[in-house]
Amino acid sequence: MKYEPVIGIEVHAQLKTDSKLFCGCSTGFAAAPNHHVCPVCLGLPGTLPVLNRKAIEYVVRTCIALECEVSPASRFARKNYYYPDLPKAYQISQYELPIGRNGKLTVRAGGKEKTIRIHRIHLEEDAGKLVHDASGGSCVDYNRTGIPLMEIVTEADVRSSEEAVAYLTSLRSILQYIGVCGANMEKGEMRCEPNISVRPVGAEEFGTKTEMKNLNSFRAVRLGVDFEIERQIDAIENGERIVQETRRWDEATQTTQTMRSKERAHDYRYFPDPDLVPVEVSASVLERIRAKAPELPEPRRVRFISQYGLPEYDAEVLTGTKAMADFFERAAAIHNDPKAVSNWIMTELMGCLNESGKTIDECLVTVEDFTALLGLMGKGVISARMGKDVFKDMFASGRPPAEIIKEKGLEQMNDEIAISEAVEKVIADNPGPAADFRAGKKQAAGFLVGQVMRLTGGKANPKIVGRIIEEKLLSE
Amino acid sequence: MKLTREEVREVAYLSRIEMTDEELDRMTGQLGAILDYADMLNELDIEGVEPTSHVIPMKNVMREDVVKESCGVEKALMNAPDRFGDFFRVPKVIDEGEGH
Amino acid sequence: MELCTKTASELIGMLRAGEIDPIDIVDSTFKRINDKEPDVKAFIVTLEEGARARAEELKDADRSLPLYGIPVAVKDNMCMRGAQTTCGSKILTPYEPPYDATVVEKLKAAGAVIVGKTNMDEFAMGSSCEWSAHHPTRNPWDLERAPGGSSGGSAAAVAACECSMSLGSDTGGSIRQPASLCGVVGMKPTYGAVSRYGLVAFASSLDQIGPFARDVRDCAMLLDVICGHDPKDSTSIDREPPDHVAALDAGAEGMTIGMIKDLFGEGVEPGVRERVSDAAGVFEKMGAKIKQIEMPIVKYALPAYYLIAPAEASSNLARYDGVQYGMREDADDIVSMYRKTRRAGFGSEVKRRIMLGTYALSAGYYDAYYLRALKVRTLIVKEFEKAFSECDILMSPTSPSTAFKLNEKIDDPLAMYMMDICTIPVNLAGLPGMSIPCGLSDGLPVGLQLIGPTLGEQALLRAARAFEIGSGICGMIPGEKTD
Ligand SMILES: [Mg+2]
Ligand SMILES: [Zn+2]
Repeated sequence: MKYEPVIGIEVHAQLKTDSKLFCGCSTGFAAAPNHHVCPVCLGLPGTLPVLNRKAIEYVVRTCIALECEVSPASRFARKNYYYPDLPKAYQISQYELPIGRNGKLTVRAGGKEKTIRIHRIHLEEDAGKLVHDASGGSCVDYNRTGIPLMEIVTEADVRSSEEAVAYLTSLRSILQYIGVCGANMEKGEMRCEPNISVRPVGAEEFGTKTEMKNLNSFRAVRLGVDFEIERQIDAIENGERIVQETRRWDEATQTTQTMRSKERAHDYRYFPDPDLVPVEVSASVLERIRAKAPELPEPRRVRFISQYGLPEYDAEVLTGTKAMADFFERAAAIHNDPKAVSNWIMTELMGCLNESGKTIDECLVTVEDFTALLGLMGKGVISARMGKDVFKDMFASGRPPAEIIKEKGLEQMNDEIAISEAVEKVIADNPGPAADFRAGKKQAAGFLVGQVMRLTGGKANPKIVGRIIEEKLLSE
Repeated sequence: MKLTREEVREVAYLSRIEMTDEELDRMTGQLGAILDYADMLNELDIEGVEPTSHVIPMKNVMREDVVKESCGVEKALMNAPDRFGDFFRVPKVIDEGEGH
Repeated sequence: MELCTKTASELIGMLRAGEIDPIDIVDSTFKRINDKEPDVKAFIVTLEEGARARAEELKDADRSLPLYGIPVAVKDNMCMRGAQTTCGSKILTPYEPPYDATVVEKLKAAGAVIVGKTNMDEFAMGSSCEWSAHHPTRNPWDLERAPGGSSGGSAAAVAACECSMSLGSDTGGSIRQPASLCGVVGMKPTYGAVSRYGLVAFASSLDQIGPFARDVRDCAMLLDVICGHDPKDSTSIDREPPDHVAALDAGAEGMTIGMIKDLFGEGVEPGVRERVSDAAGVFEKMGAKIKQIEMPIVKYALPAYYLIAPAEASSNLARYDGVQYGMREDADDIVSMYRKTRRAGFGSEVKRRIMLGTYALSAGYYDAYYLRALKVRTLIVKEFEKAFSECDILMSPTSPSTAFKLNEKIDDPLAMYMMDICTIPVNLAGLPGMSIPCGLSDGLPVGLQLIGPTLGEQALLRAARAFEIGSGICGMIPGEKTD
C-alpha cells in the first residue's frame, strides 16, 4: 500500500524584545543562572504581570506578513500544570482568543509552489531551564522564564520533509525580514515541533499522530521527519498500533524515541487570566503597524530583478536572508555596478561564508571595505586575480583592502616604460615564440604575457602587457 | 451530576495534594454537597448571556519595552528551601506527561 | 483617655499641634497590645522594634503627612520587606518577601507606623479567622466568639484599640463581615481602585484591599492614602482619585437609598433585621428617601462565587509547591515532593477550595460550572446596574448574624459560606461596599452594609457619615459605655 504523510508544524519563535513579556527583566543571554529575574517573573506571591507593548506589535507584524486575520480582541489565559521550571505553576498563554488566525504562507518545494495554511499565532511566556545535577536532583534557572514566545501553528497541510524544511526556511526568512525574531534554530531562537501521522493514499481520515521535539537544525527536521514517516509506515505494515505520544529526535542515533506517552490525559484547565485585561488591536493600530512593516522576501526578490537588472537566480539567492539582501543593497548603492556586486557576493563572499560556516552577521568585511575592493579592481589598481586573494585576507582579518595591498605590495604595475622594458627582455630571451607570434600564431602571445607576468612578480597589468607585445612584434 | 471518589482522586492528583482514602471519602461528600448547592444556578436562563471575567471594562493595559534592573540572585534565592550555587535545587524530576 | 483609643483624626490634630509625638502613640499602642493580645490574638506578628525606630525617624519628618505617626496594622497577606508574610498558612512559614506591596509603600510614604501583621483565615478563605494556621483570633466584644473573617485580625485589632486603623482584603466579604462582627467601619473599594500589587492572590478578579477604622472619617483618610492608579497592576483603574475626606460632610439629604428586600429574609437574625431597619429610619430622618428594591438574582451570587473564587484560587495557589520558597517536605522525586508539601502545608478549607476549583475548571466541567457561573455573574452585574438607575446607594445587613461562637460552624462549610450571603454579590459586581456599626443586638455589634455604584465611594462615605451623625453611633469600643 502507498502511504501519505500528514504533517502540521508548531513553531515557537523567541521575540526580539529587550525586556521580558510581563516584567522589566532583560531578555539578554545571561551566563550566570537566576540573574535576569525579579519578583514578577519568579512568580512570587502578590506579584502581577504587565504586558510588553512591543511583543504585541511584533506578533501583529507577523500576522500581517503571514496574511492572518488579526483578532480585534484577544486575551490571555492560564495554562495550569506543575513543573519546577514554571514558577507560578501556570503559563500565561493564549487559548480561545489568539492574536492571529487563518493565515497562509506559500513556499517552493520540489520545483512546485505549495500553500501552507496558518491555523493560529499566539503569544505566551517561556519557562525556565532545568539542569540535572550529579546527585540525581535537578537545578532550576529562571533566566528564560517570561521571555516572549510567539507560537505559530500550521494546519496539517505539509506532506513531506522537503515541504517542512521549505516552510521553516521561508518562515525563518520572513521572521528575520520583519525583525521580530533572530530565528536561529541552533540557538533555540526558533523551535519547531512537527506532528506527524500517515494514512493510506486516498484516505480521508487522519492516522494517529506523534509530536516530535529536539529538532535543532533544518537538517534534523529533514532527517527526523523522514525517519518518523518510515517508522510509522513500518509499524502499520507490521500490524502495530501507532501510539499518540511525544517523541524525541536523537542526534546520536539519528532516530526518534518515546519521550512521554499521553496515557495520563493532560488537563491544563485553561481559563482567562484575571490579572490581565483584553488586548484590542484597532483598525488604526493595525494600519499603523502595516504601514511600518518592512518589505518581505518575495516582493524584494521581484524588485531586485526590475531595479538592478539581476538574473532571477541572483535575486533569489541574494534575498534568501534579509542580512544578505541588505548587504547587497548597501554595496550597490556605493559601487554602481549591481551585477559586479552580485557576482562578488555570490562567488567570493558566499564562498568564504560557506567554507567558514559563518553567517553574514558574523562576517568581518564591512560594506565599505567590500565596495572599496571592487573600486580598486575597477580602476586597475589590482587585478581581479589579486582581488580574490585580497578578499580572502579581508574575510579572515577584517582589514581594509588598501592596507592589505600596500603591505603585500600587490599594486598592479601600469607603468608603460617599465612594462616595455620587461617585454623587450622577454622577447630577447624567447626568440622562438616571438617568431611564432610574428608569423601569425596568436597563441604564442599567451606564453609571452605569462613570461612578462612572471618577470614582474604578477604585478604587471596584463592588458597593457598584451598591447605592448603586439605593438613591439607587429610594428617591426 | 454525582461526584465519585475516583473523580475526586483524579482532582487531588491534578491539584498535587496527597490524600488518604479516608480523606478522599470525606472530600467527596463535602464537594458533592457544595456542587449540589451550586446546581441551583441551573434554575437561571443563561441563554445568550456573555460571561463576565473582568467586571471593570478595561483593555490594552501595556508597558513600554524597557529593561529594568533585576532583583539580584541573592534576593531571588533568599527563601529557597534548597539551593545549589545560584540554582534552586529540587528532587529528581520524573516526567508525568506534562511540562513542555 | 488613652491615646490608643482616640481616632486617627484626633491623633493627627494633637500631633500637628505639637501636643504629642509619634513615640507617645507607639508607647500607648504597645501598652494596649501587650494588655489585649493574650486574649484577642489579633496579630500574627507585632513589630514593636520597627515601630519605635519609625517613630524616632518621624520626629524629623513632615508633620503634614496624611497619616503622620498613625499606628496601622496590615493583614498578613500583604507583602512587606523585613517581616514574614504567611497568609495565615503553614505553607508560607517561613517566607519573607523581597519587596513591599504598593499599599505598604503608600502607608510608609504617608508617615504611618506599621505595628504588625494581622491574623487571617488561611489565604483569606474563611469567615471566622479560625482557619488560620497560627491561632484563632477572638472577638473583643466577647472572647468566646469569632471576630469574623477572613480579615478577622485587622478588624479585632481596630476594635480592641491595638491600632488606629488597619488594612484588610475582601474577596467575598472579608473586610465587611468582620467589621460588622467587631463593630468597626470597614470598606471594600471598587475593584481596581486600590492596587493589588503585593496582595497575595486568592481570587484575582474579586480581591480588593480596603481600610478598617473606628469611624467613617478615619476610613476615608486611609482610603485616600491607599487608592490610586498603579502601573504594576494591570487591573488598576487609571484615573485621578477624588478627595474622599472632602466628600464626607455633604449629608444624606436628597439621596435615594434602596433597601435590598431579598437580603432581609430567611437566615437573617431578627436582631440584625431590626437594627438595620432602624438604620433606614435614621436615613429618612437625615433627609434621604428609602426605597424597597427587589433583586431576586442576589441569592445566586453565593453559588456562583463558590465556583469562580475557588477556580481562580486553584490556579493562584498552585505556586506553593516547595520549589522556590516556603515549606518543603522531603521526597525522592518532584511529584511526591509537591504532593507531600501541599498535603502538609495547606489546611482543610484551602484544600477543599483548591479541589473544588480544580474540578470546576477541569475538562468536561468547565462549561457546566465555571462558565455558567461567569454568565450568572453578568446577570448580577446587570441587576445592580438596574438598581443604581433608581437609587444612589443600596443598603442591607452586612452579615446575617452577629458574632457567632468559636467552633460553631467549623465543621459545616456551607453554614460558614452563608455568613457571606449579603457581601458576596458586591464582589461579583466589583462595586464599593462598606459596613458601619448600626447598634448592638444582645450586646454584640450589628453591621449595616452600604453598597455604591462603580467608583461611588464618595456617596457611600457621605451616607455613612450622615448615619453616624444621625444615629450617634460612632467609635464604639467594647467594654466601654456607648450611647
Ligand atoms: Mg506553546
Ligand atoms: Zn522579571
